[in-house]
Amino acid sequence: MAASATYEVKNEYGEVINTSTGLSNKKLLMWAFLGSDVMFFGSFIATFLVYRNRSLVGPYPADVLDIPITSVSTFVLLMSSLAMVLALSYIQQGRQKLGTFWIFSVVVLGAIFLLFQVYEFNHFVHLGLTPRTNLFGTTFFILTGLHGAHVTLGVLWLMFLGFGSLKGTLRADNAIDLELAGLYWHFVDIVWIVIFTVIYLISARDVAPPGSPPFVGH
Amino acid sequence: MRLPRIFPRPTSEHGIWSWVSTVDHKRIGTLYAVTSFLWFLVGGVEALLMRLQLSQADSTLIDPETFNQLFTMHGTTMVFLVVMPLSAAFFNWLVPLQIGARDVAFPRLNALSYWIFLFGSLFLNFSWVVGDAPNGGWFGYAPNSHVAYNPTDGMTYWVIGLNILGVASIAAGLNFIVTILNMRAPGMTLTKMPVFTWMTFVTSVLIVLALPVLTVALIQLQVDRLYGTNFYNSAAGGDPVLWQHVFWLFGHPEVYILILPAMGIVSEILPVFSRKPLFGYSFLVFAGVAIGFMGWFVWSHHMFTVGLGPAANSAFAISTMAIAIPTGVKIFNWLGTMWGGSIRFSTAMLFAISFIAMFTIGGLSGVMHASVPTDAQQQDTYFVVAHFHYVLFGGAIMAIFGGIYFWWPKATGYMLSEGWGKANWLIMLIGFNLQFAPQHWLGLDGMPRRVFTYAENMGWENTNMYASAGGFLMALGVLLFIINVFYSARKRVPAGDDPWDGRTLEWTMSSPPPHYNFATIPVVEHRDDFWFKKYPETIAEYYHDDHAGELTAPSGAQFDDDVDMAEDEHAEAHASDHHGDDDHGHGDIHLPDMSYYPFILALGLTIVGAGLMTIIPVIIIGTIVLLWGLIGWSMEPVNDPAPDGAAHGH
Repeated sequence: MAASATYEVKNEYGEVINTSTGLSNKKLLMWAFLGSDVMFFGSFIATFLVYRNRSLVGPYPADVLDIPITSVSTFVLLMSSLAMVLALSYIQQGRQKLGTFWIFSVVVLGAIFLLFQVYEFNHFVHLGLTPRTNLFGTTFFILTGLHGAHVTLGVLWLMFLGFGSLKGTLRADNAIDLELAGLYWHFVDIVWIVIFTVIYLISARDVAPPGSPPFVGH
Repeated sequence: MRLPRIFPRPTSEHGIWSWVSTVDHKRIGTLYAVTSFLWFLVGGVEALLMRLQLSQADSTLIDPETFNQLFTMHGTTMVFLVVMPLSAAFFNWLVPLQIGARDVAFPRLNALSYWIFLFGSLFLNFSWVVGDAPNGGWFGYAPNSHVAYNPTDGMTYWVIGLNILGVASIAAGLNFIVTILNMRAPGMTLTKMPVFTWMTFVTSVLIVLALPVLTVALIQLQVDRLYGTNFYNSAAGGDPVLWQHVFWLFGHPEVYILILPAMGIVSEILPVFSRKPLFGYSFLVFAGVAIGFMGWFVWSHHMFTVGLGPAANSAFAISTMAIAIPTGVKIFNWLGTMWGGSIRFSTAMLFAISFIAMFTIGGLSGVMHASVPTDAQQQDTYFVVAHFHYVLFGGAIMAIFGGIYFWWPKATGYMLSEGWGKANWLIMLIGFNLQFAPQHWLGLDGMPRRVFTYAENMGWENTNMYASAGGFLMALGVLLFIINVFYSARKRVPAGDDPWDGRTLEWTMSSPPPHYNFATIPVVEHRDDFWFKKYPETIAEYYHDDHAGELTAPSGAQFDDDVDMAEDEHAEAHASDHHGDDDHGHGDIHLPDMSYYPFILALGLTIVGAGLMTIIPVIIIGTIVLLWGLIGWSMEPVNDPAPDGAAHGH
């Protein structure tokens, strides 16, 4: 029957997908969820921009932000996306050991990024900037903190998949599960590129707005 | 790989545990309907208490603080616990039936949405029990909702409760997007989908994109209230206008989340009772999509009195007027559908027609608000209250009641009484207009909303008394509905498969439908497929001639009971899609097994939410329950291996 002949599609894993679009349900769900998450981060980033240069007291961004250090952690996170691509490719090809290696590489690189963030948060608190200090502190910590929460979730998810790959339950024929985690991971990475641009590259030189006292340390 | 089970996997289809563990979209739809109807009664009682207070000048029946709690919880309840979940009840019941699927794309996720909704709504209303109900309005304007001005726990319950409910809505929205895009029966192209399914799709997209914005606003307010951050702390430079922007950027799409499902419902009812296809299907669907899109560019008309400046005000005035165009298109589509039809005035039809009339009145006063100087006079008066009740009660609730009368026979197998139904409709319609029409005058005369009383010499007593009488008449209408339900359940007049001479796929199956919905997945050829298969002679009348040639016998015959092999195989393949397996050798229809984990996960999430009111042990307990649900869920195969080993597990 003509109508149903086009209805069964084999995807790249050889799995038969009986869907109207030929995309697996899970993948469509993930894309729709990422669309939802765009609005989530978009609203927080907009809040950050609205409150830019509106803190009444210091420390201001120029007093605490350190572009070189954060560039390193940004580089680490970007490389984790490369590792993610390699991991998926090897798992899809059935090269299990290389795939497992690269999955755990993503986990390690993600964890390094998180350690940088822990260091940075700790350092800022020592410099006198907490989420309660001023609008910059509030918007900075909540935005980057929620991004860090996303990264943490991704690291845990990929650890789970990494052990699955070690045990052989994650294989070429169900690599879709890894692909979903990959979509999520790349998305979180892209969000960081926006955050890095907005908070660090654009705002890092913001000093006390006219009429406000400069920050002299606590 | 499996966790040790504390409970065995449920298999019984009867008793309370079968409801707790169900993943059947029809049962979940029923759970949504019953739960949100109970909240409808709660929200109604809150409204009646306010009407009692306002029926006389200088009344002292209810103190100002309680009045604040009542209007806050009335609005919050009706938006988040009534209209949205009642729409979700219709999504759940109808979408799989209308697109020819055996269930939604993710049945366990669907159950999770319901349980999170239930627990979230209970958490929100728990605030009444502790005597600290939210009191800052359903819009929670900062800094009034900030802890500095609102130190009781009420708004904290509101913030956390709405965040929990938001998770439920987003999960359900994602599920229906995937279901509608991916689970359609062969031949059911997007342009052949029933309009209700279309509006569900547009609504789901709006939910998935708008609710995260509310989540952000709520998280900001929550960390402000609980952990002392500065988002809306005016002492640190926090900006109350930002709250308004973020809230209404969610809030206005939310308005369309409430009304689009109702528009979908009337678009199903009107053609059936006019015995005509929907007039201008493509235009109607496109208008719905256009409303969903334009709904994102009108939010600042809630803020015309803030002082955003002439440029912003003009832009939002224009976009607000422009969105009336696709809305007006729909009204003419509905009128065109009825025009020249052989109309039967059933209860469902009466509700649908009332929807058009009431919604048009509400729409017209809505366009008035688009004019900035006019709006400045109307802001915060009863004129606005009258406007949004005409669209939300006269619109959404009227359509939902119509939908209940229309699909009740399909869901239960017996008819609702038309006699009681028409009494219900008439009393509700009169009561509604008696309550809200006078509020236009009160508003134009300057009576402020959200104020617990008014002075004797304002000349507002009579009008308010009418409004209050109308409120109690509406309550009587709802009571008649409840009587009708019990009366009809006792009478049990059998409905048959197709009591209204319906047009869409849900009327092809038995009433109530079997739990697997379709024994054989239908093959769809037309819009209103069922109608044209019942009445092939009407095809030429409604289609152009070039179509008519394709619509003749051989494919139509597949609708009969004699099913050829190819179709049978196809049905099986479709069913097996639910668990990703491809076991063609197995003759049965595979549906996902029941599961407790959605219930446990939702419970854990709500306990964590409650713990966020800075009660650390509760967070720990909640996290444990949450992880139990999460890990158990991810380890549990969708289908357990059959005892004979015929089906493969994962």
